[in-house]
Amino acid sequence: MLDARIPEGPIETKWENHKFDMKLVNPANKRRFEIIVVGTGLAGASAAATLGELGYRVKAFTYHDSARRAHSIAAQGGINAAKNYHSDGDSIYRLFYDTVKGGDYRSREANVYRLAEVSNNIIDQCVAQGVPFAREYGGLLDNRSFGGAQVSRTFYARGQTGQQLLLGAYQSLARQVKAGSVELHTNAEMLELVVVDGKAVGIITRDLVTGEISRHSAHAVVLGTGGYANAFYLSTMAMASNVTAAWRAHRKGAFFANPCYTQIHPTAIPSSDEFQSKLTLMSESLRNDGRIWVPKDPDETRAPADIPEEDRDYYLERRYPSYGNLAPRDISSRAAKVVVDEGRGVGPLKNGVYLDFAEAIGRLGRDAIDAKYGNLFEMYERITGEDPFDVPMRIYPAPHYTMGGLWVDYHLQTTIPGLFSIGEANFSDHGANRLGASALMQGLADGYFVLPYTIGDYLAPQLGSEPVDTSAPEFDQAESDVQAQIDRFLNTNGTRSVDWFHRELGKILWEHCGMGRNRSGLEKALSEIPALREEFDKDVRVLGSGDTLNSSLEKAGRVEDFFELAELMCRDALTREESCGGHFREEHQTGEGEALRDDDNFAHVTAWEWTGDSGAPAEHREALEFETVQLSQRSYK
Amino acid sequence: MNLTLRVWRQAGPDAPGRFETYEATDISEDSSFLEMLDLVNEELIAEGEEPIEFMHDCREGICGTCGMMINGRAHGPQAMTATCQLHMRSFEDGDELVLEPWRAAGFPIIKDLVVDRSAFDRIIEAGGYISVDTGSGPDANLIPVNKDDADLAMDAAACIGCGACVAACPNGAGQLFTAAKVSHLNLLPQGQPERDDRTTSMVEVMEEHFGSCTNMGECEAACPKGISIDFIAMMNRDYRKAMFRNRRTA
Repeated sequence: MLDARIPEGPIETKWENHKFDMKLVNPANKRRFEIIVVGTGLAGASAAATLGELGYRVKAFTYHDSARRAHSIAAQGGINAAKNYHSDGDSIYRLFYDTVKGGDYRSREANVYRLAEVSNNIIDQCVAQGVPFAREYGGLLDNRSFGGAQVSRTFYARGQTGQQLLLGAYQSLARQVKAGSVELHTNAEMLELVVVDGKAVGIITRDLVTGEISRHSAHAVVLGTGGYANAFYLSTMAMASNVTAAWRAHRKGAFFANPCYTQIHPTAIPSSDEFQSKLTLMSESLRNDGRIWVPKDPDETRAPADIPEEDRDYYLERRYPSYGNLAPRDISSRAAKVVVDEGRGVGPLKNGVYLDFAEAIGRLGRDAIDAKYGNLFEMYERITGEDPFDVPMRIYPAPHYTMGGLWVDYHLQTTIPGLFSIGEANFSDHGANRLGASALMQGLADGYFVLPYTIGDYLAPQLGSEPVDTSAPEFDQAESDVQAQIDRFLNTNGTRSVDWFHRELGKILWEHCGMGRNRSGLEKALSEIPALREEFDKDVRVLGSGDTLNSSLEKAGRVEDFFELAELMCRDALTREESCGGHFREEHQTGEGEALRDDDNFAHVTAWEWTGDSGAPAEHREALEFETVQLSQRSYK
Repeated sequence: MNLTLRVWRQAGPDAPGRFETYEATDISEDSSFLEMLDLVNEELIAEGEEPIEFMHDCREGICGTCGMMINGRAHGPQAMTATCQLHMRSFEDGDELVLEPWRAAGFPIIKDLVVDRSAFDRIIEAGGYISVDTGSGPDANLIPVNKDDADLAMDAAACIGCGACVAACPNGAGQLFTAAKVSHLNLLPQGQPERDDRTTSMVEVMEEHFGSCTNMGECEAACPKGISIDFIAMMNRDYRKAMFRNRRTA
């Protein structure tokens, strides 16, 4: 059993008391410590900026050309906080409770409470930085409700909340770069973690422009490197989003927790052809007025407007009469898959369902719909060439967030001392399902308000020690491993592109470890993935050289890691013999098709240890104790 | 649809560049412009030729990574649209497209269609922030902001930092990018204490890297987020005021 180092005491005072109990590094001594932060999204940029302000010597790394580009930037909806500015009954406890319940009782209570607790500080910090949140006419902050919550707790900046929060963190980081406390390395991809005497002491990076491999050492290493939904190939992630930093840390001893917890968002635009590169999300708010349906007849050929009511199947309204089109994300996604699998999908590839506004336009008028959704309709038309005022939208679920990640304790430290993980890269706060507007909250909570405290407790006893010299044999070995991998890719001289393998891997994963999972499918995937991997090893074609910009080469390393991760996702899904949140095992459902948890046997985190063989990882567990919240079955009937 | 591409290929920052001609065949009009390039690259790889390097990441018009000149226009023919949001239905079967990297002295070429935009980061580092240490902000509602100002600040803050403004400018000027950030912060009450220093420092660094603005307005036309050149006027006004005040206190 893993020890999460959860402090004693009532949940309301754990964090406050623990902040006092943790060791401090005095202000003058902070400059004697070096910290590496990898990733400059919300979590990484906020952490690097804050650590720099505190006086630590920080080295920040991003593979982007600027610290302003991480995929946090694409988050649209907003960020939750328990400000209760509208006196509508919100509180830290309610945000905590909603998050634990929304996570289907598979998250760690103490972490979630702390998240809710610091949520208010995040809003204060961001406003002080100049984040242009939406305001009311009196000049105070506006809120909206989101993701099924019964209170208005979501702060937003038009549809660009993630962008504005990231720019706030990036600007704070820029201030520290200017001040000299943060050394920022752009176009630098971490390819190896260096561990000496069991502790994380450095990383190996490759400069994506010059190909130069370099060694960096520090007293601690922080990974804020995002999620792994791109394992599915088609997802709402940015093209470069990958698992490599986290995965290479995993191979060096960091346990990987709950990899099977992936969130499939119900309203993305379906792919239009085999060569589509990514999926674009349409805001979930559209489901407030759109009705979701497919034709009853799989051989239907008429245009949607010509299909009479009696030949349409409003399947969400039929199956979930009380929630209807607003059924939760996981339920809606799975229901769409069922009708598409029955051959009743719509569009040229029969891979979508209609989201139809005709009824709402008739009821509320075109102007009202335009005012509410005009910009979304325009975005849809830009991509599909179809005007939702004339033709129903076509939507289909898409992977867009991963709840699993590197296992961390209450200090956000992984199983390797000195290696911390923050934001989506860790597994911490969302359990088996993340609520809307909570990802931004967690990234910034970790970076601004949690890690800067907990890392001091690790560093304080090391006062006086210098970072490990980069000429240590462990650095030699790590660098030569990196170089060997690059040489191997460049010398394989196969026949197929990296993208081809990634696409094939994505198909396997989506088919067998996507919205619905079952034993035989997962076992099939566990035989197909290693077979494809073997082909990849023999037949991948990476042209060009290692000493210039070479995106195929970058991608080859990332896809190789996705192969191993994909296997672990399937193994984790196979091992978890229950359904919870985003993990739906078809064998474990109620008579009405709802997810059926097994709290007696699975109220735990599964954390996997790399053993050197991707086919045989070692399973570890962290028991989840629910002292505050009562476990109950979610129901949406 | 079938198209002919004339693409700028350049092996490295110091290597000579040249146009190469490629055929893009059987392209679906529903595919995005970058997916069309993906397909061309797949074919190049199959033929043993190095794929075309181009800038891209989120492919939903928000990260600001993508951008190239398409037939001489930054981000191509469609207004208010980043390269990644362009779709092939904007083009005709048989079109010839000339693809070049951002053209500006401030953005040196790295390879093919990829340029170095790090000068933008230098401008932000010069003062594109509000100096507030983590945890030191007061309660968020203690700073009321006039809604019109907040909305205008958001209009400016919508800049994605892609560099189309510089690429479209005949002078390679960086005014629109810089003005967007200066205005975003200068419009807000939180931004007032550092207003003068911010404006002068950012303008000075901008001028180290980029050409001079002569009010051509090409930047606004090319901007995928529709950032208005009014912000350049606002920045110029703030800059003069700051210079005047500095002279008085010197």
